[in-house]
Amino acid sequence: MLLAVALIILIVGSVLFHILSPWYLTPLASNWSMIDFTIDVTFWVTGFVFVAVNAFMAYCIIKFRYNKERRSEYQPENHKLELWLTGITAVGVAAMLAPGLWVWAEFVTVPEDADEIEALGQQWHWSYRLPGDDGKFGNVDAKLISDDNPFGMDPDDPHGQDDRLIESNGVHLPVGRNVKINLRAKDVLHNFTVPQFRVKMDMVPGLVSYLWLQPTEAGEYEVLCEELCGIGHFAMRGKVVVDEAVDYDAWYAAQPTYADILARPQGDPVAGQARYAVCVACHGAQGEGMQVMNAPKIAGQEDWYLRRQLNYYKTGVRGAHPQDVFGQQMAPMVMTLATDQAMEDVIAYIGNLPDQPAAATITGDVARGEDIWVTCGACHGYEAQGLKSLNAPRMAGMTDWYLARQLENFKANIRGRHEDDLYGWQMAEMARVLKDDDAVNDVVAYVNTLGQTQVAAASLQAGAAYAGAEE
Amino acid sequence: MTATLVFLALLMGAVVWWLVRQTINVKPWVASAPSGAQQGVGLVAPQKMALGVLLAVITSLFALFISAYSIRMELSDWRPLPEPDLLWLNTAILFVGSLGLQWAWRGAARQQWPAIRVGLVVGGGCALAFMAGQLLVWQDLAASGYLIASNPANAFFYVLTGLHVLHLLGGLVVLARTSGHAWSGALAKARLGVELCAVYWHFLFVVWLILFGLMLST
Amino acid sequence: MAQVAHDAVTDADLRPFEVAEEPLYHPKTFIGKYIWSQDAKVIAIQYAITAIGIGLVALVLSILMRLQLGFPESFSLIDPANYLQFVTMHGMIMVIYLLTALFLGGFGNYLIPLQIGARDMVFPYANMLSFWFYLAAVLILVASFFVPGGPTGAGWTLYPPQAVIGGTPGTGAGIILMLISLCVFIIGFTMGGLNYAVTVLQARTRGMTLMRMPLTVWGIFMATVLALLAFPALFVSCIMMILDRLIGTSFFMPAMMSMGEQTAYDGGSPILFQHLFWFFGHPEVYIVALPAFGIVSDVLATHARKNIFGYRMMVWAIVAIGALSFIVWAHHMYVSGMNPYFGFFFATTTLIIAVPTAIKVYNWVLTLWRGNIQLTVPMLFSIGFIFTFINGGLTGLFLGNVTVDLPLSDTYFVVAHFHMVMAVSPVLVVFGAIYHWYPKITGRMFDETLGKIHFWITFLGSYAIYYPMHYLGFEGVPRRYYAYGETAFMSESAQDLNMAISIAAIVVALAQLIFIYNIIKSLFSGEKAGHNPWNATTLEWQTPHTPPRHGNFDEDELPSVYRWAYDYGVPGAKEDFIPQNVPSEEMAAARVSGEARAQGDGKADR
Repeated sequence: MLLAVALIILIVGSVLFHILSPWYLTPLASNWSMIDFTIDVTFWVTGFVFVAVNAFMAYCIIKFRYNKERRSEYQPENHKLELWLTGITAVGVAAMLAPGLWVWAEFVTVPEDADEIEALGQQWHWSYRLPGDDGKFGNVDAKLISDDNPFGMDPDDPHGQDDRLIESNGVHLPVGRNVKINLRAKDVLHNFTVPQFRVKMDMVPGLVSYLWLQPTEAGEYEVLCEELCGIGHFAMRGKVVVDEAVDYDAWYAAQPTYADILARPQGDPVAGQARYAVCVACHGAQGEGMQVMNAPKIAGQEDWYLRRQLNYYKTGVRGAHPQDVFGQQMAPMVMTLATDQAMEDVIAYIGNLPDQPAAATITGDVARGEDIWVTCGACHGYEAQGLKSLNAPRMAGMTDWYLARQLENFKANIRGRHEDDLYGWQMAEMARVLKDDDAVNDVVAYVNTLGQTQVAAASLQAGAAYAGAEE
Repeated sequence: MTATLVFLALLMGAVVWWLVRQTINVKPWVASAPSGAQQGVGLVAPQKMALGVLLAVITSLFALFISAYSIRMELSDWRPLPEPDLLWLNTAILFVGSLGLQWAWRGAARQQWPAIRVGLVVGGGCALAFMAGQLLVWQDLAASGYLIASNPANAFFYVLTGLHVLHLLGGLVVLARTSGHAWSGALAKARLGVELCAVYWHFLFVVWLILFGLMLST
Repeated sequence: MAQVAHDAVTDADLRPFEVAEEPLYHPKTFIGKYIWSQDAKVIAIQYAITAIGIGLVALVLSILMRLQLGFPESFSLIDPANYLQFVTMHGMIMVIYLLTALFLGGFGNYLIPLQIGARDMVFPYANMLSFWFYLAAVLILVASFFVPGGPTGAGWTLYPPQAVIGGTPGTGAGIILMLISLCVFIIGFTMGGLNYAVTVLQARTRGMTLMRMPLTVWGIFMATVLALLAFPALFVSCIMMILDRLIGTSFFMPAMMSMGEQTAYDGGSPILFQHLFWFFGHPEVYIVALPAFGIVSDVLATHARKNIFGYRMMVWAIVAIGALSFIVWAHHMYVSGMNPYFGFFFATTTLIIAVPTAIKVYNWVLTLWRGNIQLTVPMLFSIGFIFTFINGGLTGLFLGNVTVDLPLSDTYFVVAHFHMVMAVSPVLVVFGAIYHWYPKITGRMFDETLGKIHFWITFLGSYAIYYPMHYLGFEGVPRRYYAYGETAFMSESAQDLNMAISIAAIVVALAQLIFIYNIIKSLFSGEKAGHNPWNATTLEWQTPHTPPRHGNFDEDELPSVYRWAYDYGVPGAKEDFIPQNVPSEEMAAARVSGEARAQGDGKADR
């Protein structure tokens, strides 16, 4: 009896939950309203069956509850009833399947007028490629992928020269135009999903998969990875901006081609030395950093990371947050590097500074820090050496107090949350893995031990170089 | 997956057909005394039926490997490896072993101990010789640079031949036990064992022919 | 028996294969009796205890996951690597090491010989080995928790390349131990599976025709057939992945980067692995579901005091589902990047399989109709199963339909669906079955009040966990995420829902302690049960001893079967049930002479 009541409550509750639930499909932003329609059809059919069969069961439980005086009816089979039920079920199934197959046929047939773009997935970032003005993608080869050629472009293919390479998690699409998105992966499986677009597809290393859609609503949408791809899976987030045609064209024009990237200026360390004079006061003559000035060590930091951060300071991505006191001091300094060439020069100069490991100032539980580093090392390298291809800078041998402060900043959303901070969102999310207050110190203390081994290695190398010079 | 699907479709077709035949006209709710005959049950020794089921499982295993082989083969980096001539000799040896056990089986039906014993020795000896031959082939190939990791074709060759040899090794355990019965004169046990071994040897010979054919043709 | 086929067939030869009383190995020592036992019933209990033990580990892992998801800021113990390891081990343990082992190794071993009237499995020694292989597999799996780097965190699907290359936890010893453990499990299962299949085919007692077998046996039998044919696919993929991992072959590994470096792999296909894995993985769903279908049919009929409705349809549905389950595997791969045209075929086959499944549901409900329903604890669990199974089955129609799957694939909708259909439903059957057969296995009744409390918390709690979870999926919340962070696509309240789900999960997990307490306590203080406390018809309730001794039945004679397993409420009968081994009056007379003859011949034959 109680059971029957419970079942009825569950049936009614389920239906009410469905009607009242605030959690349902996100507002549609693509042409795939047909997919929502198939969901509706499925809901009607299955909802009817759910209510009908369960209500009938509840009825049976009440009506035929145990009575010692009564016997159940002996009825082994009822062919007619079974055939009817089978037939009705088959009709219901067909009613769901038919629109499903019809819409799927739409999905697998890409319209001929569709623009093509390519999304490239990797642990745990996105980048994009547009075919350029000739409308043709250049050849790519997974074997050619390296730190300097993240797309694996074939430098000899003329079609590739004008490909627009977007080394950023974000891409723009024009509203109201069909677009076919070719999907590639560099390392493991990923999946390209924008919930508002409804369609998704895995990205598989070794082959090119695709999906197509027509964005119908301008706006910004998150791109999610929905195929487990490792430790950073949950923080692999990209961005699609659907623009009106004018805005899209402006954005498109600003994207560098492959040829542009190949022709980027080289830094001149000699010219950079003069530029560096501004930096000396805080970062020190050797770029060793000064804690009293709140300026980190920059010698030994990788050029690509310096370039990105300098650009962030320049464009207000960093150093603009009201609570980022020291970042605000840095921002005006960068303005002295007015041109790209100036920036490249100073980066080149920093690259030539001697790399002495910074002194350890922070102590913590190294063993626990090592446990935590399993997560961090997945991007920053297990020796904390930094991995360019994962957009993760070097930590080992750098100033530890700065590291700790930045981790706190990331945790407190002071750093990383600016919408143009490409990889900051991810770091801000990852920093939350350090849930308690000690965790930051523990992990930094562990990084210091990695620094120590590098000290030894570095001094050995320095010694050898010195010995070599003596001879 | 075509190879696997064909195999399973046949197998499932047989199972379904058999079941429907067994059950279509039965009214299960009608009570009746057990009539002596119960179709199928008891006619086959459970060991033989178990062997039948086991062969289906092994077929499924190899069919899946062959499916994987044919899917992987389509990809661009596949470089077929040469089949050493020794493989032909090995095939012949395996065939002789199969014949030997067939001979033993015939002997067992007629209760001829010499035939049983000779057949078992031939079957076992040939299996050992075949395995030694396969090992030589492996050494040959490895020596001429066809290493397992250097190409998927090589990897499949080593895995498939290795797996086949492992199955033969398992058969040898049963063959050894059967030989024990054959020499101690336990007729019923020896007879069953010989029959099982013979069927298993034929089966592995056919599997080898299919694998060898597959590797020759690709 | 081998010569039989050649000689003239006599009536006596047509008797089923019997494991005679004499050849059964009756051990004298404690160790021989309970550790190295060859008695299927003891092996069943060994299987069950091991499976439930490792299942509890998986339950704890799921609670750790829920703690992280419900309270992402609070538990510093759980980092993203741990979380993925919990996800992986929870899934793998629950699917393979708990449910498969428990249904086939546990219930299969206990019920097949008893329900078909055999003394034991036909190969008791292989049966024993099967358990020891299983135990070894479990221990290897557990060992992977203690190796450097911990167990694999690649998800229970173990997709390459991430299962093998950097960036995923446990790509060192963890993944290798996982793959080895699976291989050992499969070898062990094959020994058991041969036993179950051949025992059902060859060792049924006189009169136990195929169509008189209880549906429990049908379900376990068909599941065994599926498992025997499907596990090789997992075995093949495990071997190839071990080789890829250890000696650098490229079966599944394309040219790719790992941690910013080029790997030496080239040309392999990750999709190939997925085909092989799901070729096993989809039948695996039915390996778990079919025994549950069978068991629930018998429990329903017994406690509704009514014959199962449409027995023949039920049998054919089991067979049809089993056969169809081999041609639907790629519905797990609609968005995997495989040739999208496969979607048409697999969506169609998948939705076709809904028809026989729906028939089973109708027949269960129609069994209740005009029954005489006793709401005992096993019955509560069975009805709970029907409810959750309907829910989980219907959501399967969303995911099986290729278009509807597009937005829902890889979201919490999938998690909710397969937990409802493959976790909650079978586990409710497991509980129902344990309560149902507990009096036979132990000779004592369980505590009914505790059983009911256990049911209500488990049933309502599970529904509270998984029903709302579907709606997270609609919203697009992806699965296998450690945390969601600051995001625009999720509503603020989704996190509150996650918290509520976590609390429900903790309550349900704690309720399982009631079950364990009840099982252990009743062992000592439960009321004596008698031979047939539920007035059931099947043969296991007709044994001369409770619990049944080694050899199961009367020492001189196996029971003869005169009727199907569902003679409840037969018009004109004295009681509302007639056991399978009770002849009608006219048959009883004929039986005496016939039996004596058959028995005499049978002995001579051996």
